[in-house]
Amino acid sequence: MQIKHEAIAGTLESSDAQVTVRPAPELSLHISSSVLNQYGRQIKAVAEQTLKRLAVERGTIEIVDKGALDCTLKARIEAAIYRSADQSAAGIAWEVLA
Amino acid sequence: MINRPTPKKVRIRRSMMFMNAQKPNLLKDAYIYGVDSIIMDLEDAVAENQKDSARFSLFNTLKNIDYGDTEVIVRINGLDTPHWQEDVRVCVAAGVDGIRIAKCESADDVRTVEKAVAAAEAEFGVESGRTLLMAALESPIGIMHAYEICTASTRLFGVAISAGDLRKSLHVKSEPGGVEMFTARSQVVMAARAAGVQCFDTMWPNLDDEAGFEAETIQARQLGFDGKSLINPRQIAFVHQTFAPTKAEIAYAEKLIRSFNAQQDSGIGVYTVDGKLVDVPFFDDARRVLAQAKAIGIYHGEL
Amino acid sequence: MLNAVKRDIPEALLAGRTGYQGKYAKDGQSLHKAAPTITQALKPQKSKLADSLKAACEACGAHDGMTFSFHTEYRNGDKVAAMAAKVLIEDLGLKDITVAATSLGDAQANMAQYIKNGQITGVQTSGVRGVIGEAISAGELQTPAIIRSHGGRPRAIAAGEVHIDIAFLAAASSDAFGNASGIRGKNNCGSMGFAIDDAHYADHVIVVTDTLVDFPNVPAAINGVDVDAVCVVDQVGDPSKIATKEARMTQDPRELMMAQAVAKVIAASPDFKDGFSFQTGVGGPSLAVNRYLEQYMTQRQIKMSFALGGTSKAICDLQDKGLVNYILDTQDFDQGAVAHFATHPNHLECSLDQYASPANKGAFVNNLDFVVLSALEVDVDFNVNVVTGSDGVLRGAPGGHPDTAAGSKCCIIVTPLTRGRMPTVCDAVVTVTTPGDSVDVVVTDYGIAVNPQRQDIIAQLDAANIAHTTIEALRDKAYALVGTPAPLEWQKRVVAVVEGRDGSIVDVVRQVKPFAF
Repeated sequence: MQIKHEAIAGTLESSDAQVTVRPAPELSLHISSSVLNQYGRQIKAVAEQTLKRLAVERGTIEIVDKGALDCTLKARIEAAIYRSADQSAAGIAWEVLA
Repeated sequence: MINRPTPKKVRIRRSMMFMNAQKPNLLKDAYIYGVDSIIMDLEDAVAENQKDSARFSLFNTLKNIDYGDTEVIVRINGLDTPHWQEDVRVCVAAGVDGIRIAKCESADDVRTVEKAVAAAEAEFGVESGRTLLMAALESPIGIMHAYEICTASTRLFGVAISAGDLRKSLHVKSEPGGVEMFTARSQVVMAARAAGVQCFDTMWPNLDDEAGFEAETIQARQLGFDGKSLINPRQIAFVHQTFAPTKAEIAYAEKLIRSFNAQQDSGIGVYTVDGKLVDVPFFDDARRVLAQAKAIGIYHGEL
Repeated sequence: MLNAVKRDIPEALLAGRTGYQGKYAKDGQSLHKAAPTITQALKPQKSKLADSLKAACEACGAHDGMTFSFHTEYRNGDKVAAMAAKVLIEDLGLKDITVAATSLGDAQANMAQYIKNGQITGVQTSGVRGVIGEAISAGELQTPAIIRSHGGRPRAIAAGEVHIDIAFLAAASSDAFGNASGIRGKNNCGSMGFAIDDAHYADHVIVVTDTLVDFPNVPAAINGVDVDAVCVVDQVGDPSKIATKEARMTQDPRELMMAQAVAKVIAASPDFKDGFSFQTGVGGPSLAVNRYLEQYMTQRQIKMSFALGGTSKAICDLQDKGLVNYILDTQDFDQGAVAHFATHPNHLECSLDQYASPANKGAFVNNLDFVVLSALEVDVDFNVNVVTGSDGVLRGAPGGHPDTAAGSKCCIIVTPLTRGRMPTVCDAVVTVTTPGDSVDVVVTDYGIAVNPQRQDIIAQLDAANIAHTTIEALRDKAYALVGTPAPLEWQKRVVAVVEGRDGSIVDVVRQVKPFAF
């Protein structure tokens, strides 16, 4: 998918994560987290996997994590990416996201 | 990845607890409280501009968290919104047990959703007929059409009365004793029983008024409801206790069945228990009481 | 060297002391108690009032390298500790100061700067939170901080391992002779149990009050014979800040569910009978246990002989209902408890030595049936951490945790299985503060686990039809939910020593290595 414009999903509440995506010529991932010491690498792995599955090749991805579970991280990244492509409201290929 | 077992249309549903489908900290383990059914809410709890994000949250939660025996139902947005069709798609794709139709007013409403559900089941390769339905009756016309709604689809396991909007339409406010809702509640119970589906009472919104909540719960049981909607886990224990058969009811049911078995074996055509004449519906009801007591783990006898 | 809780204690720290060897390893050993050196007063005297805190400090011989102490009965509302530190360091320009505190938190935030400046070089405390914890964790304190329990602190003082030069004791009321109390003032804290031992062992004692009353201010928590000077200030503490967030009765359904489970476990014990004794911590679920215990007590028509330790309004209410004979109170968690302490004849003050010290002939904790405590982490060996956060930074207080756990017949830890993404039940806690040999039951929102060394409790739960599982199963469930945490990475430097209540070393806290991907 292509990141067409800036989009945000998620909140800064505990157990959630806020994901901001912006168009950029290169793919870059920025992670801050309240549980960075123990889960930093796992968060990074989930983010990279999710982006790969959505075939996102370019853009800046910023994750501010507040202790979200992997499934929440994935949901917030997907929502932000789909929003940035104006495709979040309907017709989502849910079977691809499983 | 979690694949939930095929939902059961007939099961114990004493408590159905609403949870905001957009709140990860609520969704992650809502099953620990022992509620019978969880209703993940895509409707009122989710702001208009977060409907899309809530679906991603719902989908990933259901695919990753094992809710075990707790039934998972999703309240979708109203049929007059642009959201409900995608809501149905995500529900079916995520493998929810059932869909709650908000503000249902007619059998056509049920059939409209049923069609969308069937289409989504085909689209996502989900077993046809797997996804159950329930309808919330929230308006005078919905209450008037209760029976046709209850019989509109074989997927439909029950109806819930939702009092918030209904009171406004009826020009009444919440009264101690619930006299203002009496007719509506009775009509819903009557329709559900006539159609052979379940019925659920409305939720009690004022968490701090425990006496009011308890009185309403007891009344719902007395009127014949199968269960009640909830907004907080704190309310579960009382609802479960109220909708469970009492010790006396279980003992009487046991006695009925035992004497039925004995009298049937000896070929007697007219049944008497404790010197009173009893009819076939007595035994059906006794079987229902024992089945319920067994299902909730308070009956360990041999029947 | 590995100690009995499998923690590697650097040899350098073990000079003259041992690693933890088990909860009763030092039972029966003899101890020679230390005594203070005091300045006798024989002349006729009307008053010990000082013109200022600075003048009082000078009169008490404040000097470089000294140790000063204070109590934290005003909890987050305390003003005297920060005041005393400022006078010693800024007004008198002293250096190389050691702080001997019952706790350190936001109310003493100015000390973080003194630590960074190298003016405070030693910290001994029963708890550390906020900026001071961060400063110590960042390696800013010149010597490792010593963390002691509420019983370990009076032990160390009695054993002469901590020698207090000046104790600054905030009092709600005092007469000019230093008979001081936590009540009868403008700003009451209730029990002054944290201050009593300092008054007995410090060379100099300065009572700081905002309510001067006529002689004799009796009954007094601090006896005037132990007091050198009395100093009057505008306000000793803000009692509205005594009830921090954690002291409120919870409405959280998860916490209520856990509290209910704890009460069930207690009610299944043969020790839950008329005359039983009980203590609970101040965390949400532990506090809520009071509510459910009441139901069982009423049902079985039994009464509690005494409630021990930190006191909340919840337990006072039980006493008012006639369900509790005595409250033996070390500190008050809220204003309701403070007011109750002032009025109820059987709600009594209890010093930390009486309460929990192993350096006496039997503290009250040894007579305790049940204690309910919270935890930041519990591991599969039942070791509990209450001092370091999941990031390894100091932000907690052992308080009476290790003492009540070791002394009581049944120690129940109540904690949610996860907090946010952090698993509470884990393979190995970041820091051991309460050794697993004194922890009996762990109650979580996902189930109950019993320490296998307590087969008797397992049998009780089975008999009462209370489901339980293993601690390993709870850990597995936690990890399944949040993922297996990567271990923290540490630098070599030890920033704090966790001392066992008997003076042995239970664990050390090292400086955390900053995370890098």
